[in-house]
Amino acid sequence: MLCKRIIPCLDVKDGRVVKGTNFVRLVDAGDPVEAAKAYDMCGADELVFLDIEATNECRKTMCDIVRKTAAEVFIPITVGGGVRKMEDITELLNAGADKVSINSAAIKNPELIREASQKYGKQCIVIAVDAKRNTDKGNWEVYVNGGRVNTKIDALEWCIQAEQMGAGEILLTSIDRDGMKTGYDIDLTKAVCNSVNIPVIASGGAGNKKDFLDIFTISKCDAALAASLFHFGEIPIPDLKQYLFDRNIPIRIAEKEV
Amino acid sequence: MSRIAIIDYGVGNLYSVQKMLECVELEWVLTSDSTTIDSCCGILLPGVGAFKKASEQITSRGLDEILKLQASKGKLILGICLGMQLLFDCSTEDGLSYGLGLIEGMVDLIPSKVKVPHVGWNSLDMTKECKMLKNCKDGDYVYFVHSYYAKPQYKEAVKAVTEYGIKIPAVVSKDNVYGFQFHPEKSGSTGMNIMKNLKEMFI
Repeated sequence: MLCKRIIPCLDVKDGRVVKGTNFVRLVDAGDPVEAAKAYDMCGADELVFLDIEATNECRKTMCDIVRKTAAEVFIPITVGGGVRKMEDITELLNAGADKVSINSAAIKNPELIREASQKYGKQCIVIAVDAKRNTDKGNWEVYVNGGRVNTKIDALEWCIQAEQMGAGEILLTSIDRDGMKTGYDIDLTKAVCNSVNIPVIASGGAGNKKDFLDIFTISKCDAALAASLFHFGEIPIPDLKQYLFDRNIPIRIAEKEV
Repeated sequence: MSRIAIIDYGVGNLYSVQKMLECVELEWVLTSDSTTIDSCCGILLPGVGAFKKASEQITSRGLDEILKLQASKGKLILGICLGMQLLFDCSTEDGLSYGLGLIEGMVDLIPSKVKVPHVGWNSLDMTKECKMLKNCKDGDYVYFVHSYYAKPQYKEAVKAVTEYGIKIPAVVSKDNVYGFQFHPEKSGSTGMNIMKNLKEMFI
């Protein structure tokens, strides 16, 4: 049976994990490669590296991080942040990334989705959608540039279009919930999952184990992503996975290294 | 000569598989040269992307004939993901196109009552004894990313399946030709186990 995935997201700036990670004792809490290895050991199903500065210079650093990580960590790696053109995608995939996540650039130029998925296969093209509720219109709108600019585009329509253009997966972040620790945006996630037939990763708002149980029980999402919750050891991934497993969510319980 | 030929036909992202081979101390060479391939103890056919384009690349480089010859000589050939699909007779992806025909059967789109592509960790269900799966057990998780799946003509070719709406062949083999639909190089410790089995078989 296909498992629900638990995905830690590492925000990277200047080649360092922002705010560090301290869920296990790492020699260097800010080293993304060290953090990735630790997450692999504790059963993360996949890793996301998010380049929060995303200049061209940063992408070279990011490629270097991906290359080092992929040499030692044998689970899927997704890289996002500042992916603007085909060359960026090529560089990251060649560095060992399994998937590339595209956000603002896909809104500006949806053809990029088609071009990239035709060249590399849609399985490696993730469309990141940052959505915020518009209470007046009763819908969700897509924001870009790190959640600063409202495109006024309807989030559900955009997800449907992205799927049609060749997206292989949607990384759906609720701006309303991000950092709030009040749970994932179930309504938004449900709405998107019911609109598309590609995997959806829920992101933004997880605060406790039950939030994960709820999003997997109530929506059809395939994966749940969190950042600081994992980095600071508030919820250890093995505990979370056991909790979900005990409640009949299909979860991969990683074998202990001998 | 315990070196593996990774077939070079212009597909990207071979980095992880190369690194995992290194982890189990298997020497590899990325090549499309027939003499080099002939000198290797085994062949790894990788693949991401679409069947049609890949099969065109293989044919245009003359690799189809090389691979068929090597298979007939009894060399161990392992196809991974799209590389496994290419071992079959044909695929319906982007219109009908032909594969290597080393295992009888065809490749078709996963029926869309489930989400396509099939992405994530899914469990193996062993259906036949297979040396590649030594030390693996039913329920072990491996990582899949694919939209098409193999339909072998003879069920003897299917060594393990995974459940995704239908039973999807995860490990296939015929004589010295093997295929994995999943990515061992992305399947953590289970993947590493399988690569160690591979090493034993190659040497």
